[in-house]
Amino acid sequence: MRESMEFDVVIVGAGPAGLSTACRLMQQAQKAEREISICVVEKGSEVGAHIFSGAVLEPRALIELFPDWQERGAPLNTPVTSDEIYLFQDAERAKKIPNSLVPKSMHNEGNYVISLGNLCRWLGEQAEAMGVEIFPGFSAAEILYTDEGAVKGIATGDMGVGADGNQKGSFMSGMELHAKYTVFSEGCHGHLGKQLIDKFNLDADADVQHYGIGIKELWDIDPDKHKPGLVVHGAGWPLEKGTNGGSFLYHGDNNQVVVGLVIDLSYSNPYLGPFDEFQRMKHHPVFKQTLEGGKRVAYGARAITKGGLNALPKMCFPGGLLVGCDAGTLNFAKIKGTHTAMKSGMVAAETIFDALSADDQGGRELSAFTEALQNSWVYEELHRTRNFGPAMHKFGTFWGGAFNYLDQNWFKGKLPFTLRDNKPDYAQLKEASECKPINYAKPDGKISFDKLSSVFLSNTNHEEDQPCHLQLKSKVVPVESNWAIYNGPEARFCPAGVYEFVEDAATEQMQLQINAQNCLHCKTCDIKDPSQNITWMTPEGTGGPNYPNM
Amino acid sequence: MSILIIAEHDNSSLKEITLTTVTAASLIGGDIDVLVVGEGCTGAAEAAALISGVNRVRVADHACYNGQLAENVAALIQSLANDYSHIMAPATANGKSILPRVAAALDVSHFSDIIGVESADTFKRTLYAGNAIATVQSSDNIKVMTVRGTAFALAEKKGSAPVESLTQVHDLGLSAFISEALAVSERPELTSASIVISGGRGMQNGDNFSMLEKVADKLGAAVGASRAAVDAGFVPNDMQVGQTGKIVAPDLYIAVGISGAIQHLAGMKDSKVIVAINKDPDAPIFQIADYGLVADLFDAVPELEQAL
Amino acid sequence: MKILVMVKRVSDPNVTIRVNADNSDVDLNNVKMALNPFCEIAVEEAVRLKEAGIASEIIALSIGSSQSQEQLRTALAIGADRALLIESDTALEPLIVAKLAAKVIEEEQPGLVLLGKQSIDTDNSQTGQMLASITGWSQGTFASKLEINGDKINITREVDSGLQTICLNMPAVVTCDLRLNEPRYASLPNIMKAKRKPLVTKAAEEYGVDLAPRIRTLKVETPNIRQGGEILSSVAELVEKLKTEKGVI
Repeated sequence: MRESMEFDVVIVGAGPAGLSTACRLMQQAQKAEREISICVVEKGSEVGAHIFSGAVLEPRALIELFPDWQERGAPLNTPVTSDEIYLFQDAERAKKIPNSLVPKSMHNEGNYVISLGNLCRWLGEQAEAMGVEIFPGFSAAEILYTDEGAVKGIATGDMGVGADGNQKGSFMSGMELHAKYTVFSEGCHGHLGKQLIDKFNLDADADVQHYGIGIKELWDIDPDKHKPGLVVHGAGWPLEKGTNGGSFLYHGDNNQVVVGLVIDLSYSNPYLGPFDEFQRMKHHPVFKQTLEGGKRVAYGARAITKGGLNALPKMCFPGGLLVGCDAGTLNFAKIKGTHTAMKSGMVAAETIFDALSADDQGGRELSAFTEALQNSWVYEELHRTRNFGPAMHKFGTFWGGAFNYLDQNWFKGKLPFTLRDNKPDYAQLKEASECKPINYAKPDGKISFDKLSSVFLSNTNHEEDQPCHLQLKSKVVPVESNWAIYNGPEARFCPAGVYEFVEDAATEQMQLQINAQNCLHCKTCDIKDPSQNITWMTPEGTGGPNYPNM
Repeated sequence: MSILIIAEHDNSSLKEITLTTVTAASLIGGDIDVLVVGEGCTGAAEAAALISGVNRVRVADHACYNGQLAENVAALIQSLANDYSHIMAPATANGKSILPRVAAALDVSHFSDIIGVESADTFKRTLYAGNAIATVQSSDNIKVMTVRGTAFALAEKKGSAPVESLTQVHDLGLSAFISEALAVSERPELTSASIVISGGRGMQNGDNFSMLEKVADKLGAAVGASRAAVDAGFVPNDMQVGQTGKIVAPDLYIAVGISGAIQHLAGMKDSKVIVAINKDPDAPIFQIADYGLVADLFDAVPELEQAL
Repeated sequence: MKILVMVKRVSDPNVTIRVNADNSDVDLNNVKMALNPFCEIAVEEAVRLKEAGIASEIIALSIGSSQSQEQLRTALAIGADRALLIESDTALEPLIVAKLAAKVIEEEQPGLVLLGKQSIDTDNSQTGQMLASITGWSQGTFASKLEINGDKINITREVDSGLQTICLNMPAVVTCDLRLNEPRYASLPNIMKAKRKPLVTKAAEEYGVDLAPRIRTLKVETPNIRQGGEILSSVAELVEKLKTEKGVI
């Protein structure tokens, strides 16, 4: 028997959505002079260890949550000073898009270049100061249900289980954390969120969800080249026609910049490697001139939920709510999700607090949340930009971009139709025989790097003797299907070198080797595997990256 | 300036690492005395007298120094300390145990594991398992430090220093030597071998380490292992080279089936020549190896043994 | 018997540390911090001694910044009974840490002090030995096994040539090596309980110890990065190169 603990609210994941939920709940409880117990579990070794984003923050939700955020020392140190947008024609050339032609959603006045990890660390401190129990290093491994089928909490994963599945000397059983309401805020494609969507059919009325993969590096650069607050976005090269995505370069504080690439996981060429595209991209003069002579200090990768309003599932179910990127509240037109994630958490908190105040004993479906969210600015924002992603998918970067310019600037997103896109990303891969291999240059060790030295900079570590957290439904599919038909795309779409196809010396057969200890927890494999054969499970708590300032 | 060096020895013989400490001391300058403390340690004292650059060997040979117990040895050194500007020892378990105790007794600070001598009061040492090198300066009148053997060359053995017996007996009675279980190995010790061949998880099991032993026998090398191989239970802990194991810097380091996790690199990256044998061409070990062989170790290692 | 366990807040062992751009120190800005792994082993050993009925109380002591409270809470969650933080805004040298700890020993009169064999930040391995020196106690460094028999304690030490066993008079200072034990995970209920265990904070200045540094760090640099050499095509070529080009075999 596992031990259990009781809380009013259990929150899964200490990201902006989960911590905003926790803070807002505590604020309301304090105002109402009511005791409330809130527990946040976080699989990272500390708050912020597993999270990163670009990030340019629109502070709207933060201002609502903590109007005195400046006095409280929120780490918003670099206001955006200027926006630049480039269309990359090839490896050398780029066109700077005049400001007047840029979709409104891409303007960043009033926003801040931040580290989302540091914002979460700060939010965690605010939450703890108000009495929220935050437990980093504990992963929510399993959803617990009542006999009636309502969510009654989660169970943390067992610790100290060997790779062979047997208990080691250090074994510690997981704990059941029971709650009246459980809020799932795991970020994009959370492994529990995925189960909830499936079990409660939350996406019955939604389009298929779409994803991107974001890869980012933090660099120390030459102070002479540093322009705090400069925000650069780009589209086009190195991505081939039919592959959508965009690059970014943000100048933060401390003579640091972040450089990154988001690639739409709807890409079709199995030879494409998002990591390799990103490494190649940095050689474009627009990036290279800034990075040259600098030093890379951190690396990370994470999938992004980008389907927007059309793909947004129902976010309430008996006993719980789904918030932030776990549901898919990111505004892809702005390439921002922190503010909407935070706001969705705050609305969730208000809904739950209202219920608890009415002496709700939990386990109900809080449909008031759907309504409250629809009446909030999150919905208004997502509705306005609902066509942005599908337009890109349908018309490509250039004509899609033109559509988006007209849609966003002239019609304010109010065109009376909605573009749909119902083919899941994993089904987009073409067979390798139909595609041209992409020749990526070897990294030069100055601007571009290999995967393993990159993973090293993410400070990723997993206890080595534990069951593999990347589970295969079928052992033969990787070789018989993924290798045979798609040339083993998992070896390329994984940005951490987790998946390797190696030839077994004895049998001369290809086999898939999974280096689970490299895993950055980006979830791309669970999303893009053409056979949907890989299931991402939580490894032992604290495992994964330790991102600083990301 | 005068320097006292605490010899590393097993009574009958002097450990070579002592010679590197003499080299470090000679970079400071001044008279160098070597102190040999033990029971029945005439052999070690005679060997110390041969070290070039040594002014005098001082020997404290008494039953109370059996096992070189830190309490007694430190008390002895403390009683001699006022004659010296520097007290140094090799950064071995003994040196690291005894000298901080001496430093505190003298109310001075202590530098651990120095890797460079900048001047008489300024030294270099590593932090964060070798990820940073600090240059540090002491304001104390007596400088006490341990010296990383792999960072300095061996002093020559062409000297003939006088040997002087010390009669002081410092038996504090706080501790007693019980026993010593020497790691049984016909091969040189990992930390002092001039050639080291190490295996990683690519070895697949402990039995396969016999392949490395055969090569080691031909080369007079010590056999080491990566943390992954130790963690996998292939070989015992005392073979581990790396951040949490032993730090080695032989003339030749051969890494077999070792991917080159940074933790391992921290323990061997100061080797003069590094050879990596790994079937994965992207293994990070190749980024620091002087010579790389992208090959199946089960072919390459027997072939190497044959070729020697 | 009371046991005093000393614990230190250090950067997480899984995090790679880099040097500041101005070479003044390493960059610990927003770096994940943790309980020094060897200290964790020391805490675990103390808890095992308590569970075996040998120790009656475990006091965790940390000397460092106010954030070291987090590491003391970890020690409390593993099983220490109460904690003392001697707070200092600046990093204190091992000699000063040992002097402060000696003052705590005067107050608390423990029968055994357990520490990690070294901290993984400064890699010094000094504090335990210095503390034993100042208190005049016996010391057992790099312990991979310890056995208490009345007022004696047998320590098996990891030394260069293998293992050495010595017998110490108690009270004693023992520094713990990697293989002494495998620390347990702190459970959620114990982490919550640890938040309510007593943790006293005192300023380092209160102890009447001269806190002035004796050591000046002139600069901190990144070690030279070794460059990769050549990939060879055969074992024969390798042997040839080692013999002729490098002369190492």
